Amino acid sequence: MLRLPPFTYHVPRSIDDAVNLYAQYGADAMFVAGGTDLYPNMKRRQFEPKVLIGLNALTELRGITNDNGITLRAGTSLAQISAHPILQSQYAALAIAAQLVSTPQLRAMGTLGGNLCLDTRCNYYDQEFWWRKALGFCMKKDGEICMVAPGSPRCWAVSSTDCAPVVIALDGRVRLVSPRGERVIAATDLYRDDGIEYLGKARDELLTEIILPPADGVKSVYLKLRRRDSFDFPILGVAAALRFAPNGEIETARLVLGGVGSRPLECIESARLMIGQKLSRDVIDAAAEAAWKPARPLDNTDSTHGYRKKMARVYVTRALETLAE
Amino acid sequence: MMKQVLHLRVNGQTHELYIEPHKTLLEALREDLDLTGTKHGCELGECGACTVLVDGTPILACLALPIELQGREITTVEGMAHGAELHPLQRSFAELNAAQCGYCTAGMMLSAKALLDHEKNPTREQIRDALAGNLCRCTGYEKILDAVERVASEQSTVESK
Repeated sequence: MLRLPPFTYHVPRSIDDAVNLYAQYGADAMFVAGGTDLYPNMKRRQFEPKVLIGLNALTELRGITNDNGITLRAGTSLAQISAHPILQSQYAALAIAAQLVSTPQLRAMGTLGGNLCLDTRCNYYDQEFWWRKALGFCMKKDGEICMVAPGSPRCWAVSSTDCAPVVIALDGRVRLVSPRGERVIAATDLYRDDGIEYLGKARDELLTEIILPPADGVKSVYLKLRRRDSFDFPILGVAAALRFAPNGEIETARLVLGGVGSRPLECIESARLMIGQKLSRDVIDAAAEAAWKPARPLDNTDSTHGYRKKMARVYVTRALETLAE
Repeated sequence: MMKQVLHLRVNGQTHELYIEPHKTLLEALREDLDLTGTKHGCELGECGACTVLVDGTPILACLALPIELQGREITTVEGMAHGAELHPLQRSFAELNAAQCGYCTAGMMLSAKALLDHEKNPTREQIRDALAGNLCRCTGYEKILDAVERVASEQSTVESK
């Protein structure tokens, strides 16, 4: 049996209350919304917070407001995100990504904010306590060495969120609230290229909103590679967002890969190649080639890293072909 | 950690529990309410065996806390039958051999029940999608889908009369 470690559970009455409670308990505390990532991690003893600050009852953290762009509160469930008609029509990649996460039960429980803050994953880390103790703990939790890259000074755990590459590709920003006040940052700045310190927000900052600009004709899509058609985390994700001029030339382009590093990887060169061009076969091939090169997955998730790297070119090609229609 | 008094509504009845906050809904149902129809599978959200309905929506009891579910209507497999009268899904699963070991069955039926309560005439594809969070190691799924389809068509036949 896998039981949770003991904790006390606090129910704040507002966002400010939540943030102040966290400040009060400090390192002993963690925020929890749906719990679909944190509770399995706690059962495996990857985290053992003595205090949980539950966010599920906060109506302030739920809902979608359509006003000069769209504001998504972080506690909105993935099921609600995938079903929202404005997201489906104008920010399609996000509705698609949310629908592709895990399973119906987990999408009902899990939140957009939770998916964006998902812990990084690795075959050596996402194992029960006894497995990790028997092998020897790794750098990310209780050990000294990265089991995937033993000579490396850093952790290589993989960013496994479906929604983050999409929110970045859609020029999203996020609002963070702490005892020091609020700040709004570009979604890409929420992530760092490190398997352990993978978030660009302080531990006491609460992610409250995801803000997307007016869609303004941007067409977007998200493709996910995984072994099964359900349950699995992405072993490759491709988020693409393009705006076409009336003559078919590409005015803006963003292409972001997930599942190939410790943070979502933006394909800057691919995007640059596409600006001012029509989405011809040659342009698609060039963009896919430029995206494939910097993708360097390691052998720390499902499938082999060689296959996942090859699929980066295939999936970028397919994503762009979808948008060319 | 201190135990707390909590009230859970399960299958239409209110129960008073005296449990620690870190006890999951799955553990509380089985250990404190003797409702052992909901099963321990992976306990990590990766199999669906512990599926129950909360206000009609399928969720995983292994990752749910009673402390958050007070006032909500929880339905377990024990709540599907009405006395001696089986729920149509239970009858269909039994008649069409949709269960071998039976371990996934409670979760499967509840996910199916939630679909059929909202969708009058689902396609086989929609049924497959609704059950995408419930794993079965025995049957290969076809008879499970057949059993749900049969109830769906019975349901829509009754409706159109």
